[in-house]
Amino acid sequence: MAKLVYDNTGRLLFTKEMKKEYTILFPMMAKIHFNIIKNIFAKFGYKVELLETDGPEIAQVGLKYVHNDTCYPAILTIGQLIHAVQSGKYDVNKIALLLTQTGGGCRASNYIHLLRKALVKAGYENIPVISLNMSGMEKNPGFNITLPLLRRIAAAGLYGDLIMSLNNQVLPYEVNKGDCEALIDLWTKRLTIILSEGHGFKRAELAKYLDKIAEDFSKIKVNKTPKIKVGVVGEIYVKYAALGNNNLERFLREQDCEINLPGILGFAMFKVDNRIEDYKLYGGSRAKYIVVKTLMNFLEDYENLVIESQERHGFKPITRYKHTKELVKGVVGYGSKMGEGWLLTGEMLELVESGFENIVCTQPFGCLPNHINGKGMIRKIKQRYEQANIVAIDYDPGAPRVNQENRIKLMLAVARENLMNKTEQ
Amino acid sequence: MIKIGLDIGSTTVKCTALDENGRLIYKTYERHYSQITEKISELLRRLRREVPEADSALIAMSGSAGMGVADACGIDFIQEVYATRVAAKNFIPDTDVIIELGGEDAKILFLSGGMEVRMNGSCAGGTGAFIDQMATLLNVPIEELDGLAEKHEKIYTIASRCGVFAKTDIQPLLNQGAKKTDIAASIFGAVVNQTIAGLAQGREIKGNIVYLGGPLTFIPQLRKSFDKALKTTGLCPENSLYYVSMGAALCAEKTIDLDKTIEKISVYRGSGNFAFNKPLFKNQQELDEFRTRHARATIKKGDLKSYTGKTYIGIDAGSTTVKAVVVAKDGTLLYSEYLSNSGNPVPIVKSFLEHVYEIAPDIRIAGSAVTGYGEEIIKNAFGVDIGVVETIAHLTAAKSFMPDVEFIIDIGGQDIKCFKIRGGTIDNIFLNEACSSGCGSFLQTFANALGYSSEEFSRLGLLAKHPVDLGSRCTVFMNSSVKQAQKDGATIEDISAGLCLSVVKNALYKVIRVANPSELGKKIVVQGGTFLNDAVLRAFEQEMGTDVIRPEISGLMGAYGAALYAMQKTGSKGRSSILNTEQLKSFRHEIRSINCGGCSNNCRLTVNTFNDGRKFIAGNRCEKPVTKKSPDDSMNIYQYKLRLLKDYTPVAGKRGKIGIPLGLNMFELLPFWHTFLTNLGFEVITSPFSNRKLYLNGQQTIPSDTVCFPAKLIHGHIQWLLDNGLKSIFYPCMSYNFDEHLGDNHYNCPVVAYYPEVIYANMREIEDIMFFHEFVGIHRPKDFPKKICAELQRFYPDITLKEVKEAAAAAYYEYDEYLKKIRLYGQKIISKARAEKKRIIVLAGRPYHADPEINHGIDKLITSFDVAIVSEDVVSVNEKKRPTGVLNQWTYHSRMYAAAEYVSRQKDMNLVQLVSFGCGVDAITTDEVRAILERHNKIYTQIKIDEITNLGAVKIRLRSLLAALDE
Repeated sequence: MAKLVYDNTGRLLFTKEMKKEYTILFPMMAKIHFNIIKNIFAKFGYKVELLETDGPEIAQVGLKYVHNDTCYPAILTIGQLIHAVQSGKYDVNKIALLLTQTGGGCRASNYIHLLRKALVKAGYENIPVISLNMSGMEKNPGFNITLPLLRRIAAAGLYGDLIMSLNNQVLPYEVNKGDCEALIDLWTKRLTIILSEGHGFKRAELAKYLDKIAEDFSKIKVNKTPKIKVGVVGEIYVKYAALGNNNLERFLREQDCEINLPGILGFAMFKVDNRIEDYKLYGGSRAKYIVVKTLMNFLEDYENLVIESQERHGFKPITRYKHTKELVKGVVGYGSKMGEGWLLTGEMLELVESGFENIVCTQPFGCLPNHINGKGMIRKIKQRYEQANIVAIDYDPGAPRVNQENRIKLMLAVARENLMNKTEQ
Repeated sequence: MIKIGLDIGSTTVKCTALDENGRLIYKTYERHYSQITEKISELLRRLRREVPEADSALIAMSGSAGMGVADACGIDFIQEVYATRVAAKNFIPDTDVIIELGGEDAKILFLSGGMEVRMNGSCAGGTGAFIDQMATLLNVPIEELDGLAEKHEKIYTIASRCGVFAKTDIQPLLNQGAKKTDIAASIFGAVVNQTIAGLAQGREIKGNIVYLGGPLTFIPQLRKSFDKALKTTGLCPENSLYYVSMGAALCAEKTIDLDKTIEKISVYRGSGNFAFNKPLFKNQQELDEFRTRHARATIKKGDLKSYTGKTYIGIDAGSTTVKAVVVAKDGTLLYSEYLSNSGNPVPIVKSFLEHVYEIAPDIRIAGSAVTGYGEEIIKNAFGVDIGVVETIAHLTAAKSFMPDVEFIIDIGGQDIKCFKIRGGTIDNIFLNEACSSGCGSFLQTFANALGYSSEEFSRLGLLAKHPVDLGSRCTVFMNSSVKQAQKDGATIEDISAGLCLSVVKNALYKVIRVANPSELGKKIVVQGGTFLNDAVLRAFEQEMGTDVIRPEISGLMGAYGAALYAMQKTGSKGRSSILNTEQLKSFRHEIRSINCGGCSNNCRLTVNTFNDGRKFIAGNRCEKPVTKKSPDDSMNIYQYKLRLLKDYTPVAGKRGKIGIPLGLNMFELLPFWHTFLTNLGFEVITSPFSNRKLYLNGQQTIPSDTVCFPAKLIHGHIQWLLDNGLKSIFYPCMSYNFDEHLGDNHYNCPVVAYYPEVIYANMREIEDIMFFHEFVGIHRPKDFPKKICAELQRFYPDITLKEVKEAAAAAYYEYDEYLKKIRLYGQKIISKARAEKKRIIVLAGRPYHADPEINHGIDKLITSFDVAIVSEDVVSVNEKKRPTGVLNQWTYHSRMYAAAEYVSRQKDMNLVQLVSFGCGVDAITTDEVRAILERHNKIYTQIKIDEITNLGAVKIRLRSLLAALDE
């Protein structure tokens, strides 16, 4: 066990010594993305393990150590971490836990603290907790988001978004079952090697590999038949994590739908853009504004690479952040930034506009921003697009899957009817 | 070909058959008592017999419990709302809206003008199950409920969102003697409210309305209630029970051989992969050992008839039962009764006393005490000497079994009471406020629903092999989980054991929120009727990992404790004032209900008149109707805040009228915005303090039924402004609040910050007026004037920056003055209380908790105990920023942490935290405030508030706190 070092507020630090000895555990969210990212950490000398545990006991552990009225994602991610700690699989004197922290006015900024409280309750106060954030909160001597690391993570995010988008477009129509899955595996492995060898994150190389991936997906044999198109939006964890949404993706695929999940890049751009909007709305430092603006331009350029690669190979490109933002005008203000903020509304609008008029809006029980930008905006969206067919689903430790699926099936029944009317015309 | 439709609901199965022309030729309907597959095959066999040509038919299945069976047996599954819609389109084509209530679901279908369906989400308030529950509570069959409602005179306000809240509203009404007829009608009113508020969500229900489903078919008064609320007359068509099943039949496309299908269904046994826990007992031997161990917790018993010494009477008038005991002066139990409370405890207690006097005509009663929900009325009716708060009664009883008891948990019919004991006095109290999922009445309701008595049902679970894991949340969710488990092949034994485990888990993890047993200590006494159930007791020991004591009189502990308490307080010299044989003979009791009218609360009062002319008034929130005097508000900062806000009256101005909704953050920022806008030449019209009517007027437009009550109220305020003809409304969005330097950031919570957006998106009328809901940053006084000026100029081009700057300066000044006034007054209260040696409670919440409709008069309740009240913002200024165990980033919440720190150092101060139900942020703050207080050995008290109007539970909580402080 490494020496325990605390900062002046009494926070247990993740030291350089720990970096050498400890395994860092972190909870799964978006599978394609996280599998690539995990390998990048390894390249930078961290021993990391992505938790893919499943099952009802995870929520039970969460409920035991986290306030039961807290948001569901907190209960699950913390539950998954503590469950792993207690599993006996790891030396509890040689592990650290990692969670992301956004730092906004949403409760999610508090997950880190809730995790620490839970660890104390469970008797593991010697396990360090690492906050992964872009706001400079909670620094650790043994854990640095350096620029080279950050650039690779950003690249992994881009690859993940592209692969997810392509997979969603091809998988429902693939002729040889398993083609898409095999390709995802292949590229996950390939990208791991490329990134760890110091390639694949500079602009030119990024463009090259994005293009290759799109090309590979375009070669998969497909049979295009009319299918119900379903968009999935919501609080970021339950939107992506199968553990959080009772395997929504699998359920929708079983119902023979084409799915569209807007990517993580949009969320990242939204978080950066918030600082610009804050400056515009309330005033602030001009210098900071310029720095953020530069970063935003940089991300827009990246986004463009993804779009170009998709267009070149005949795919429907991901929707430009700027366009989504434009759609929100007159529906909800840009100041609404906590959690997924106006982006959640924007994604619904963007989906309907691009033909994914059937939408599952995933909402964890007790999610405050969702009251505003999810459920709160459905009326306005339907006012603009009469064809919008949106179902808001609450996810929570006690909400049975059967009820959720039943409600989704209702949405799908209406969708199927609309689809039939359309194809008849 | 014949078309067969099946509808497998949560409680019933319906089967219909249509001929080639789509005419209904066969229908049948039965309850399935969760024996789903058996019932389906039975009904299909009957159909096969009666409609011979159905041997080869088209078939489809629908209904919430039918999905698994349908999948497994190769039958097409039709989503039930969709099926309803198909049937309605077919049979009643000109329908505009369908309202369908089922066993566990409630739906509204809008068919015309943009098809839309709304189903109840994670909440079963307003469904058949809710009505069932309420009928059980009133102890009448459902059919009778209808007859009762027909004769109603008054409607009470009953929270409709959850059966639990409704119960807490109804129980005191019953205890106070309200009429069942009025309550029955009020229950239907609650269902209507819930359906409209929870499901319509802003969409108007108009046109041709059709009522479907069991409750609406069988209960004409429920239809009437809907008619009244919707100002229309809806249609309940022929076969209104069968629409889902007929819809399924209409959608049927798959031809089957009926005999083979029946065969398939009858052998279907589910997948058997439900999650389960370890068994309660491995074998009979373990069970026997367990029983022997618990048989040791006995007390001395004596014979009332032959006993001649002094006696003490203890009565526990609980929510579902009345317990009463006679105890000898050495604690020997001489006589006891444990009776079901069918709504009115008065006759039950009367008959108890009659029995006692009959057995022992010469009894010498030295003292008597009463506790429980019915405490006040029983005390008044029978001249009982002392009223004692339940918590103290139970502690007194538990001490007689285990003098060094560290933890007591009492699970009753619908309440849980737990207390930690430190140094012989109550150190911490846990009561279930918002949830009854850990209570006994749920087990009972469930047992009955499955056709068992609760004793039988719980015995089934003792030796279950695989107790179902049902989680630990709302009972309603458990209902659905049970359904799912049954589908997956769980036996009734497994479910029984699973439910007992859930009761325990809820109590531990939802109410007490314990992480591991060592927190509660080793010396534990369990009591309350629910622990008479061996399965629950065993589940508790298993979950806690420790053996506990269950006194033999576990169900009588409240009454026994009350008797012991009476003994301690009256000593041996006394003579009880409880009615004697003669007085009891002439005892009469009449109930009348009136409206108080003493103030704007308009409390419904129940006046109980006794034969000797004594009166007892219940339902009052203050002492005014009793003492005929206005309550003294001088020691109540909440009332002071309201008085200050009232001073911001409209001043006529050149720019005309503008409205401000007085809710959420406006409760604190009114001085700021009122001054700002008045200075700009607007006549500022403020909506009034909230009341029930104002809330109901806006509830149609609430899009999210799980958002906090204060947010929901905003809809009513905006509606009030619209109804009062305002053409401009000012309600800006604010991500940030003022930085008071008590935290790491100074956000508003997302709901406070962005609720104007919800109003803009969901209240149609707002689109026709000027609604200012732009984002503003008052936290940056230098930038603020320029920024808001630009926004205002979009609506009022003639506004100048100079004007705005001056108005802003005045606004900042006024806001500071306002806060200063509050702090000054607060200091005055504190000094005065200290001079008079009164206790001081810091009632900590958000500024908007001062709204009387939000706090339900809790402030007045506290001052009625002769305690002074200040708010968190009065004392938070005395603190500096300190490290907290959470990210301290919301202005209002930073104040609470600071207030908790401050209170920790004041001997005569205690903190009570008000928490809005559904407030996500408070899941974080409550833990932190508790941690701060407990670090300094202070008792933490939390009160959850919602739409509820009943103060009973709050009262217990506060009395327990005060009693604990007095010890």
